[in-house]
Formats: sequence, structure tokens, C-alpha cells
Amino acid sequence: MAQDQDMSARLGAHLRENGMLMALVAIVVFFTVIVQVILGVDFLSAQNITNLFLQNSYVIIMALGMLLVIVAGHIDLSVGSVVGFTGAVAAVLTVNMGLPVYVVISLVLLVGMVIGAAQGYWIAYWRIPSFIVTLAGMLVFRGLTLWLLNGQNIGPFPKSFQSLSTGFIPDIFGVDKPNMTAMAVVILAAIVIVYIGWRARKSDITFGITPEPMAMFAMRNLIVAAALIFVGYKLATFRGLPNVVIVLSILTIMYAFFTENTVMGRRIYALGGNEKAAKLSGIKTDRLVFLTFVNMGVLAALAGMIVAARLNSATPKAGGGFELDVIAAVFIGGASMSGGVGKIIGVVVGALIMGVMNNGMSILGIGIDYQQVIKGLVLLAAVIFDVYNKNK
Amino acid sequence: MAALLEMRGITKVFPGVRALDNVTLTVEAGEIHAICGENGAGKSTLMKVLSGIYPHGSYDGEIIYDGAVLANRSIRDSEAKGIIIIHQELALVPLLSVAENLFLGNEVAGRGVISWPETFQKTEQLLAKVGLTDSPTTKVEKLGVGKQQLIEIAKALAKNVRLLILDEPTAALQENDSQKLLDLLLELKAQGVTSIIISHKLNEINRVADRVTVIRDGASISTLDKADITEDRIIRDMVGRDMANRYPARSPDIGEVLLEVQDWNVWHPEQAGRQMIKNVALNVRRGEIVGIAGLMGTGRTELAMSLFGRSYGKNISGHVKMAGREVDCSTVSSAIAAGLSYVTEDRKSLGLVLEEPILRNITLANLEGISTRGVLDARRETQVADSYRDQLAIRTPSVFQKVVNLSGGNQQKVVLSKWLFTDPQVLILDEPTRGIDVGAKFEIYSIMNELAAGGRGVLMISSEMPELLGMCDRIYVMNEGAIVGELTRAEASQEKIMALILKGKESQTKNGGDNARKTKGRAA
Repeated sequence: MAQDQDMSARLGAHLRENGMLMALVAIVVFFTVIVQVILGVDFLSAQNITNLFLQNSYVIIMALGMLLVIVAGHIDLSVGSVVGFTGAVAAVLTVNMGLPVYVVISLVLLVGMVIGAAQGYWIAYWRIPSFIVTLAGMLVFRGLTLWLLNGQNIGPFPKSFQSLSTGFIPDIFGVDKPNMTAMAVVILAAIVIVYIGWRARKSDITFGITPEPMAMFAMRNLIVAAALIFVGYKLATFRGLPNVVIVLSILTIMYAFFTENTVMGRRIYALGGNEKAAKLSGIKTDRLVFLTFVNMGVLAALAGMIVAARLNSATPKAGGGFELDVIAAVFIGGASMSGGVGKIIGVVVGALIMGVMNNGMSILGIGIDYQQVIKGLVLLAAVIFDVYNKNK
Repeated sequence: MAALLEMRGITKVFPGVRALDNVTLTVEAGEIHAICGENGAGKSTLMKVLSGIYPHGSYDGEIIYDGAVLANRSIRDSEAKGIIIIHQELALVPLLSVAENLFLGNEVAGRGVISWPETFQKTEQLLAKVGLTDSPTTKVEKLGVGKQQLIEIAKALAKNVRLLILDEPTAALQENDSQKLLDLLLELKAQGVTSIIISHKLNEINRVADRVTVIRDGASISTLDKADITEDRIIRDMVGRDMANRYPARSPDIGEVLLEVQDWNVWHPEQAGRQMIKNVALNVRRGEIVGIAGLMGTGRTELAMSLFGRSYGKNISGHVKMAGREVDCSTVSSAIAAGLSYVTEDRKSLGLVLEEPILRNITLANLEGISTRGVLDARRETQVADSYRDQLAIRTPSVFQKVVNLSGGNQQKVVLSKWLFTDPQVLILDEPTRGIDVGAKFEIYSIMNELAAGGRGVLMISSEMPELLGMCDRIYVMNEGAIVGELTRAEASQEKIMALILKGKESQTKNGGDNARKTKGRAA
């Protein structure tokens, strides 16, 4: 009986991960068909895929940090305002003060770190609820953005700073159409992903864990690899791999490794699962909470610069409402409100689902009113699906 | 007399445990029926089945109540029929008034608007019935546990109770409060209220019960009439074997002093000026099992937690020595490094990350042991977890099973594994067998014996005196935060321990009942 339960629990987990992936695929297919039928436009055109990444990179980047915050049992409502503020700081440093780009990037990341530390300090060491501290932060940093920009836009940025968002990796093979570097990178990535998955499955078997069924495993990997190569090919026929995609991929891999394979990552999950038990096991829970907020601040600053670079100016409104997209992506990705649960890969898929829907609905000319309603319902549906699965 | 309640063939299965197995219980109208059984025997589960907390359909068997089949979908259904359960952990809202608590969920209201004059009037009537004279507007948190227990009964009366179920109502009460409560039960009986009382205290059962049903390991063993109720008979049925065999045999091999605590003083973390631990000195030798006896709320857990990385209390002072050398125990990690481990009395909220698998729980306190430069080694982790599973006989299909699905005994073994993996010199075990069934208790005792035989020291806190007497080489007796006596195995007896506690009590005037309640509340 317990064996069956173990099995069904594990299958359930696989089902969930695969379910979200399937939902993403289904949403992409849906928009491809609808956009083709109604507008006669290719949803999966090279340009649109490129746009999709440029538009959503910052959500994914912040979602990586937000997952850690939420797994630790907290929330950060201030990230949207921090995006606006750090973008403004970057603009002032670059445009008004003329500092070189690499200095600006370092300084702005430092500002993000300080912001995260300032909020994390009260949350971790004074035990003030993160909801309140970051709600305050949301107001404070929005106000500081307005103050810093004097209510005006500041721009444009030099080319080198813009390349943060709109730059592309040149083709080292010199072919350029299609961009052979991009092709090589995605094919390599596809092989590595399948290989890692296969090795994990093999080690599951040697450890006596019931692996997911072979058919499911093969199917999923086939879809992931095919999608990756398809996207890579499309990007290659346009302008190549955007710099942002590279940053994004490296960060995703780093955070996936951190959450699953490091002592510190493991401790954040234990802290979120049962803080008192973690504390009595010798884990310095306060410091961990503090560090997750510092990390969140740095990622929000990075996102702030990417957003500013993409808009080519810092505006007082930049980042408004981003915190909601980011938090929604994390919950669609399977994290639990009470902490202790959630995976990086789920969060990335969750962010992509939100991104594809934003993009698809905009192309279809659906009004912002309906867009909000639909996004809200998708978030609710994803969480209901989770709860239903868990109670079954 | 006609039977008011008949439970037939009740079976309730949880993942990994068969909590109830074909239990039969018959309660006559107008009697007080006692249910006896060890911790984890299934008494509370049975009452949860009866009161609708586990709804009809989630168990097998049949309940006949008042001549009809009872099919409760929720606790509301059963309350509508006059079946009211009062849990061990009281369900009162501390910050609301007595009147508000009495009619919570059952408000005296017309169209959703509460009629306060009527509420207060009815409250006063109910309070009079249970012998209380407090004002209806008093906040419940201001009342002692004894009075709170009476408020719970008044609350049941407000709902027109016919069958009153009390789950260990006197566990946290002082002697005179207990007497008042039992008197009230007898009075209610005279008024025609039928009661089921779960209790460990045989003198109480003797005093109020008309019949007793004994439950052991999830099965109903016997139902005794008043004339047949004797202590020996009940114990024999409860335990199912002779007391002599409840503790595994051991030939102690005691060496030099491992842990030595001197002049240990601890103050209450919030209430300034309240000293919780007073000048405690104790030691544990290599290969020795040392017990700490005492009533609930005397500061045993506070002592243990303050030693273990100052996890409890303020302004802590004193010396801790390990094998003769003074060590730093100021943080949990330094205490672990010094060779100390603390197995909490409250597994679920302080010991385990319930939603995580067994292996992650086992390695949690020593992740360094399965990692290289901060990177975890999944293979080593599985090997470690598997080896503890085999050593401690944790019954589970795999170490990837979530601990929430394990039985109490197996969960406790996971906690023990976690601490063994830190390779401690001295383990402090706080109520190590609480909520564990008889068979698993024996296993935990055997593990403790092995630990001692392996040259470690064990310091065991327990509220079950037979357990202390059966396991320990030496027993410290604690009262009101101080150690009031020390008994060797040969000297120790239940009477001597109680005498030491009471002697300590005479010189103190503080109310221990409040402390007991607080400790319990935290555990719940």
C-alpha cells in the first residue's frame, strides 16, 4: 500500500512538471493557430520569438530570486519599484554623469544588494513580516524613482549599455544567416539537457527510486530538445542569440544547481518547510532569510538595467506591477505559499507561460482589460490544479 | 438501561498505520464510560471518528447512536445530535470573552445581529451550572486552565449536550481543579448527560466511571463493569504483557563524566524577573542513561533547550563541560560541534520537516557530512539514509517517502537518525516515547540502550515515571526550575520521586498549573 502511495506521489510530481510543460506547449500551439487564422501572421516568426525573450527576460530573472524568497516562506512586493529605481540610478550614472558602462553595472548591482540588505535586515533579524517591509519598500522606491528622475524620462543610453538588452551574439563562424553560433549553442544545450536527464534517471534506478515511465521520459525530452532547436533555428535566421538569453540561461542553470545540489540551497528549503526544526538543527535561519533578500535585490537591479536598456530610457513608471507578474510566475511554476516547495525549472516554465500569453494576447489586439482577467484566471487555475492534485 | 451509543467494528487506516482495528464500544444512556489505553493506542482516533472529525466513509464499521445509524459528515453534524467533544488542547479563543467563547459558532442572534443582553444572561446561567462566578466579559486568557476546562463544558451545555466526550480533561490540571471537574461530571450524570472520559489516571476512573473500556494497539481489549475495575486488571489489559518485560534488559558499563553542567541559570524570554532554571547542576557519564523526572511545566524542556544552543530563555549563565573541558554551547551549531544533541518532545513542529522526504530529514543537521565544498553528494546522502533505516529499523518502502506519512514511532526514529548522524557524545531525549505505540516504544528503548552501550551518554526527560524507573541508571528530580533530588536506580521509586516533588512544592507558592498549560499549548 505504502509502495503504491510512494509511486503515485512520485508520478504525481512528474505529472505536475510535465503538466506545466504541456500547458506551455498547448498555449503556444493555441496562439500559433489562432494568430495564423485570424491575422494570417506567423506567431512563431523569428522576430516574435526574439521579442518574446526580450520582453520576458526580466520576469524570469526576478522569478529566480523570488522563488528563493517564497521557498523561504516570505514574499517580496518591492521588486517592481526596485526595477524602476535601479533603472533610474543607471540612467543618472550613465547619462548625467557619463560613467563607463561596466562601472555603472557594478554600482547598480551594488545598489540592488544594499536595497535587498536593507529590507532583509528588518525581515530576518527583527521578524517584521516581509509583506509589510516590502510593501513599504514598494512605496519608498517608487517615490525615490520619481524623485531621482524629477518626474522626467532620462535617456538615451549609449549603445554599449543598450546591448544589455538588445544586443546579440555575433556569429563566430562568420555565416550569419543562419547564425551558426546560435545553432551550435542550442544543439549543444539540447544534447546536454537530454544527457543530464538520462543520467539522473539512471541514478534514480541505481538508488532504487521508481523512475518516471520511459515513454513519459522520452516524450518530454523529445519535446524539450525539439522546441529548443526550433527556437534556436528561428533566432539564428533573425539576428542570432540575444545577450539576454545567454544571461538568462546561465542564471537559470546556476540557480537550478544552487537549489538542488548545494548545502545552502537545501537549507533554504528546510527553513521554509519548518523554520523551528531547521533552527534546532543548527541552521542559521535568520542569516539565510537575509541573504535571500540580498539576492533578490541584486537580481531586481539586474532586471532594472535590462528594462531601462530595452526602453532606452529610465522612466518613473518603469517596473510598475512587475512584482505581480513575477510572483504569479513563481506560483504558476508550482511554489507553495507556505514555503519549502518549488523548483527553478517550474518557475521558468511558469514565467514563459505568462510571457507567451502576454505576447499572444497583445498580437491579437486583446484589450488590457481582458488580458488581466485571463492572466488572473490562469494563475488561479494553475494553483487549483496543484491543490487538487495534492488532495487526490 | 438502553445503549445510547454502539460503535461496531470500527477500523481506521492512515498511510502506514492501522490506527483502529475492529473496535467495539457500547455506552449506556446516563453512564460515565471511561476509555483507557496507552499513548497511541487509538483512543483519540476513536473519539475523532465518533465526533465526525473523520467523516462517515473515511472509516469502516458502523455507529448506532440513539437507535439510528450515525453518518456524520462533519463535527457540526455530530454537535447537532448532541455529541460534543472536548479536546486535550482546549479550543477556546484566548482573546475573546467568556460569553463570546461560549456561543462561538452558536451565537445568540437574530438575522445575524448578536443580542448581547441575552448572550450575557445565558452565559451567567451556564457559568452557574458549572460552578463559575466569573464575569461573562472576562477574557478567557485571564482564566487558569482549570476554569478554561469548565468553560469548555459550559460551552458543551450551551449546545444541548447529550453525549459529552472528554479527552484527558485533567491532564493539565492541579489536584483541586481535577476534583471540581470530576464532581461536575457526576452532577451532569445526575441530570442525564452521558459522558465518555479518556483518562490515564486510574484513581479518577475508580471515582467516576461506571464502566471502562480498554484499548490497546488500536483494538478494544475489554470492557469492565464497576465491580471488576481494579488497577492491576486495567494495566494488564492496557499493556498486554507483564510490566517487567516492557524495558529491554541492559548491563550498564558506566565510565567517566561526559557532560557536566554547573550553576545553570535561565530567565524567562519575555517575562522579566521570572527565573525558569535555578542553579541547576547535573552530570552524565559515559555509557549512562540519566533521567529527569518532574511534573509538566517544571522547566525540564526549558533546561534542555537552554543547554542546546540557548534555544530557550534569556540571561543564561553557567558552565557546560564535555569530558572535563569547558565548551561553547551558545549556538545550536556550536552545541552540535561540542557533541551535544537534543531530540525534542515535539517531533512534528520542532523536530521534522514533515513535507520533506526521510533522507533530507536525516541529513539536515549534518549536511557537511554529505557534501564537498558546499555541493551535496546525492549518492552519499542516500547511503547514509539507507544505513540508518536499516540500523534503526525505520519501516518505510524507501527513504524518499515523506516523513508526514510515517507513524509516530518511525518519525521518532528519523529524528534519532538525524542526531546520530551528527555523532553526538551526549543525547538529550525529551519525552522520547510520547505518542508512540507500545511496540515502537520497546524499539526506542533498545536504541537508547545501544547508544549507552556504544559509550555515549543519554539524558532522558520523561513524564512517565515507570519509563524512567525502567530505563535510567540515575534520576534527577526537578521542580519549579530547580533540581530537588537525585536518586540512583536502586533507590528510585514512584513514591520517592513524588515525595521529592511534593517536598519541593511545599516550599514554593507559585502556581504550577499555569506553567503546565503554557507548555502544553506550545506542544500542541
